[in-house]
Amino acid sequence: MIIKGKVHKFSDDVNTDDIIAAKYLVSTDARELGSHCMETIAPDFSRKVAAGDIIVAGKNFGCGSSREHAPLAIKGCGVAAVVAKSFAGIFFRNAINIGLPFLELADTDDISDGDTVEIDLSKGMIKNIAKGKTYHTQAFPEFLEQIVKEGGLINYVKRKKI
Amino acid sequence: MGYTIAEKILLAHSGRKSIAPGEFIEANVDLALGNDITAPIAIEEFRKSGTGKVFDNKKVVLVPDHFAPAKDLRSANQCKILANFAKEQKIKNYFEVGCMGIEHALLPELGLVGPGDLVIGADSHTCTYGALGAYSTGVGSTDLARAFIDGKCWFKVPPTVKFVYGGKLGKWAGGKDLILYTIGKIGVDGALYKVMEFSGPVIRKLGMDDRFSMSNMAIEAGGRAGLIEPDKITFEYIRQTGNSRFKTQKFKSRLKGLRSDADAHYEKIYSWDVSGLEPQVACPHLPSNVKPASELGGVKLDQVVIGSCTNGRISDLRIAAKILKGKKTRPGLRLIIFPATQKIYLEAVKEGLAEIFVRAGGVFSTPTCGPCLGGHMGILAEGEACLATTNRNFIGRMGSPKSFVYLSGPAVAAASAITGRITHPEKI
Repeated sequence: MIIKGKVHKFSDDVNTDDIIAAKYLVSTDARELGSHCMETIAPDFSRKVAAGDIIVAGKNFGCGSSREHAPLAIKGCGVAAVVAKSFAGIFFRNAINIGLPFLELADTDDISDGDTVEIDLSKGMIKNIAKGKTYHTQAFPEFLEQIVKEGGLINYVKRKKI
Repeated sequence: MGYTIAEKILLAHSGRKSIAPGEFIEANVDLALGNDITAPIAIEEFRKSGTGKVFDNKKVVLVPDHFAPAKDLRSANQCKILANFAKEQKIKNYFEVGCMGIEHALLPELGLVGPGDLVIGADSHTCTYGALGAYSTGVGSTDLARAFIDGKCWFKVPPTVKFVYGGKLGKWAGGKDLILYTIGKIGVDGALYKVMEFSGPVIRKLGMDDRFSMSNMAIEAGGRAGLIEPDKITFEYIRQTGNSRFKTQKFKSRLKGLRSDADAHYEKIYSWDVSGLEPQVACPHLPSNVKPASELGGVKLDQVVIGSCTNGRISDLRIAAKILKGKKTRPGLRLIIFPATQKIYLEAVKEGLAEIFVRAGGVFSTPTCGPCLGGHMGILAEGEACLATTNRNFIGRMGSPKSFVYLSGPAVAAASAITGRITHPEKI
């Protein structure tokens, strides 16, 4: 799976309150949630972001609460993938379970806001087209790739039952 | 090689012969929990899957506690989804307003969780039950939906990091101060995707309420769980819940060897002497931005909140009442106290704590998660500062993105409500 898009850069420890504030958790609609994505720390984000764009961040992305509304909001505003130095545990699960592609890359400092990058999920490869560089990281573990391939956890479980 | 207590619980629920950190396993859960924010998505996913009935209606718990009592129409509709689902699936452990408490105080209080259990909850502070020696962890709504279907959950077995607390805790320091100190030392990703195991002589003397505060905030260091090996304090606590499940042979046999082996592998061991540890305060905007209370006397406060799944238990309220007795909150400062459950509420009324709070100028609220996550019942305006006994101080957590949240234990919170500035309780 190859994803190409423009980078929106964020720093370390972006938490789930940053991604979607609690006051919006009265909705489960991805598009509505998406219209408030990152509002607390980047008020213009949902207006600036275009379908297919990519979030690149520092360490511990998605820390904080278990709200699945966070990856839903990211998907809902059109973001195609997230690349970060590390992901918080529950966000990691939620992203897999709802099929939001992401990759861990030890050093994301070299990637800047506005760069265009191309991500190859199965190879764990990220090309920075703007800077003419390629970064290598671990591909998805097989177990998790199966869930993503099935289109999320519920489909995976249903298939296993058959 | 032996196992840690966390690994033993995962192994016992996985049906496998062995496990090792880093492996992906599927395990049967003893309990699956959801609230009014996370369960509606889970219920929607469950319905889409075409499954008629939940795997076991005795093992599903639904607590509408976040925006309940419903703060507006949309919240009311979310709570209604839970009520309808509970009725349809005959889920006994659904707690409507009136018996509702903050989930992570309520479930232990009722004996719904205990040592050796494997619990998932679509709420990040599900790690609280680690204080009982359970492997309990926060998951997402889709994980919860999946557990509704077949009672299972996938886990990547985390490595365990051990924290050994030696020495003797001072008068004003408790579980909250220990965990804030720990997060301050290791950072908000210091235990990322790891199990935290709290141990040592200081932990052995800590009461259950303080232990719950510690395990509750394991997630704030990135921990998947925060376990304490069960001991006589744990067993006395579960006995007092009166839940008959703790008398069964099945439960008793589960307790056998429910501790970390002497040759268990720890990824890292931290040993600290915490004698003379000052009450700790986490400053905006991260739980790791920790300083001793005495260094923060210059911080002026508009609001003090005492309560939550971290510090809304009876011993927290007793500490706060002891300091507030016969005193008044500083004029202009709002003091909001919310006990975590109805049982705690009633105890606080009977013991006269509620009267102390009200006479001091505070409000004594019904149980709800409301103020902690900026839901309702204590939202901060632009430029305001709040000291809360809750667990997160992220930007905008309790309201305006231009407000400031400080975190502490109940003693510092009560003392600070009197002076209007962050105050060491010994100064009152």
